[in-house]
Amino acid sequence: MSDTQASGQAPLVEMRDISIAFGGIHAVENVGVDLYPGEVVGLLGHNGAGKSTLIKILSGAYRRDSGTILINGEEVHIENPRDAKALGIETIYQTLALADNVDAAANLFLGRELMTPWGTLDDVAMEAATREVMGRLNPNFQRFKDPVRALSGGQRQSVAIARAIHFNARILIMDEPTAALGPQETAQVSELVLQLKKEGIGIFLISHDIHDVFDLSDRVAVMKNGQLVGTARTGDVTKDEVLGMIILGKCPPGATPGPGAMDTEGLEVEPA
Amino acid sequence: MTDRPITAGAGRALSPGMLARFFAATEIDTRLVGMLGALAVIWIGFDILSGGIFLTPRNLWNLSVQTASIAIMSTGMVFIIVTRNIDLSVGSVLGFIGMIIGVAQAEYLPQLFGFGHSLIWVIALCIGIVVGVLIGGLHGFIIAYLGVPAFIVTLGGLLVWRGAAWWVTSGRTVAPMDQTFELLGGGADGSIGAAASWIVGIIACVAIIAAIAAGRRRRKRFQFPLRPLWAEAFLAGIASAAVLGAVWIANAYPWPVGIAKRYAEANNIPIPEGGLYIAHGIAIPVLVAIGVAIVMTFIGTRTRFGRYVFAIGGNPEAANLSGINTRWVTMKIFMLMGALCAISASISTARLNAATNAQGMLDELYVIAAAVIGGTSLGGGIGTVAGAVLGALVMQSLQSGMVLMGLDTPLQNIVVGIALVLAVWVDTVYRRRTT
Repeated sequence: MSDTQASGQAPLVEMRDISIAFGGIHAVENVGVDLYPGEVVGLLGHNGAGKSTLIKILSGAYRRDSGTILINGEEVHIENPRDAKALGIETIYQTLALADNVDAAANLFLGRELMTPWGTLDDVAMEAATREVMGRLNPNFQRFKDPVRALSGGQRQSVAIARAIHFNARILIMDEPTAALGPQETAQVSELVLQLKKEGIGIFLISHDIHDVFDLSDRVAVMKNGQLVGTARTGDVTKDEVLGMIILGKCPPGATPGPGAMDTEGLEVEPA
Repeated sequence: MTDRPITAGAGRALSPGMLARFFAATEIDTRLVGMLGALAVIWIGFDILSGGIFLTPRNLWNLSVQTASIAIMSTGMVFIIVTRNIDLSVGSVLGFIGMIIGVAQAEYLPQLFGFGHSLIWVIALCIGIVVGVLIGGLHGFIIAYLGVPAFIVTLGGLLVWRGAAWWVTSGRTVAPMDQTFELLGGGADGSIGAAASWIVGIIACVAIIAAIAAGRRRRKRFQFPLRPLWAEAFLAGIASAAVLGAVWIANAYPWPVGIAKRYAEANNIPIPEGGLYIAHGIAIPVLVAIGVAIVMTFIGTRTRFGRYVFAIGGNPEAANLSGINTRWVTMKIFMLMGALCAISASISTARLNAATNAQGMLDELYVIAAAVIGGTSLGGGIGTVAGAVLGALVMQSLQSGMVLMGLDTPLQNIVVGIALVLAVWVDTVYRRRTT
């Protein structure tokens, strides 16, 4: 948020000059984004623009080729999802990343199971905790014994969201969080985002659809062809201008241009 | 799909029929009931066809011993198939380890400790398990860390370990085994007798009732929906009856007259009129198999490792993103499989009282078939240890029944092959209708 940024406080997350290539394709090239506590940053771009790839580097799913990641101003090494989780980075993946054959509780605690004093799984305690967190997120949810395969899209989504917020995340990444949801559930997710924001959690909201995120975001960062077109405070730009950034890579006056921005003559600026 | 308030375990109770409500209340896996039904049909069918010699204590006791080796390996195969892998090498690994165990106790260990030393069988067994874990670990490492498909690695293993088994003694059969070790194979001596069998049976009944009671207490503590009391009582009753029935059958099979006579002479027991009746009781390999099945069920359902096995099978990528070290888990699964192969190798060498080159030939196919008939899905993520053990019993029942009926071996293979395909087809239809 503008207040925190002005105070010169170190950002919660800062990704600098991040690059990753798969084979010969530069999926992400010298991209830098940051995120402050209690801030929502919308990461926008076409399908294939590199948004998900960038964010998977932060969540530990991919290992970057170059660049640095700073959390609270300190450089960190994220080699795998475990490292990211240890730093308080939780991710809701576009695919939801649920194990379809086990129930909601098993998914919620996957990788972080509650154990009894004898070293066995404490299923009852995990189910109790799941009932509690799901009661807050989706009070109608009752199917605690069914494998998540049997759940509806919205219910699966709430399991994935519950998993991300149950463990006191500081940084939340939501990759197309409303893609599988109806209007009512989408509104619920928006409410949740505002609530988490109030709690001081930093949120990356990823979408290819500007309407999903513009109203929720404090800032937007737009990517195109693996490069950063620019960042802008949502108060300083219009939706149309952001659309221009997404489609053409054209940076409006209210935005801070990145290496991927088109210059005024319509020629692409060489990346640094 | 809409949410509606339903009690735990009632997820499948879509039709309000009596049977459906019964299964919902008892939370019995209908699939398992179906398998037991199929087994009953096979048993009764063979009994009729063979003129009443299938359902005799003697045949059932033999059946239990013959099933043990495959059943033990099939429990490990469940984990492997659940994680979307396969192990084609178990038969060859069994052969190789059997040779190692045989050579160790018949040739090397007696030189160190003296012939018939009481430590020999333990050391031989430990050597076998260590070798098994190492072989499994090697397979698992290549699969998990080097990224070679399990099918290929274990196909290679199938050839390598069969060849290695030959190499150990240049094809020579090793015999005899250590006398204590031999008990692992069953037989008159390798059974625990009537009194001990009843004790085991009663302990099992107490454990079943205690487990049901403990489960109920825990649910109550967290105020979860409870099974109706009659359902709990029914479950405890039927399980106890099954256990005691099995013990009764094992005890109804007496030692053969010749062995009993020799035993009586050796121990100066007067032979009563009508012959000396000494019951076999439960065979040691069967006890081992039951123990393995219980431990594997525990690992699969109550431990973190087991949870990861199923999560990896359900969605490998999700498991990885959840922070599970999927590679290490995969490697551990294969190490476990290796250890189970060693236990099976011990049982089959002990039963044969020899280690031969052809031991375990084609076992991989029976083990995989047992797991798959037992409801393990080759697509990954689904399978139970109990199902696999039942699957092994179904396979062995088919085989043993056909032997009793005097069917030719080629015909036996044809029937087993058809049964496998049929079982999987029925299972596919069942799954489509229930989920």
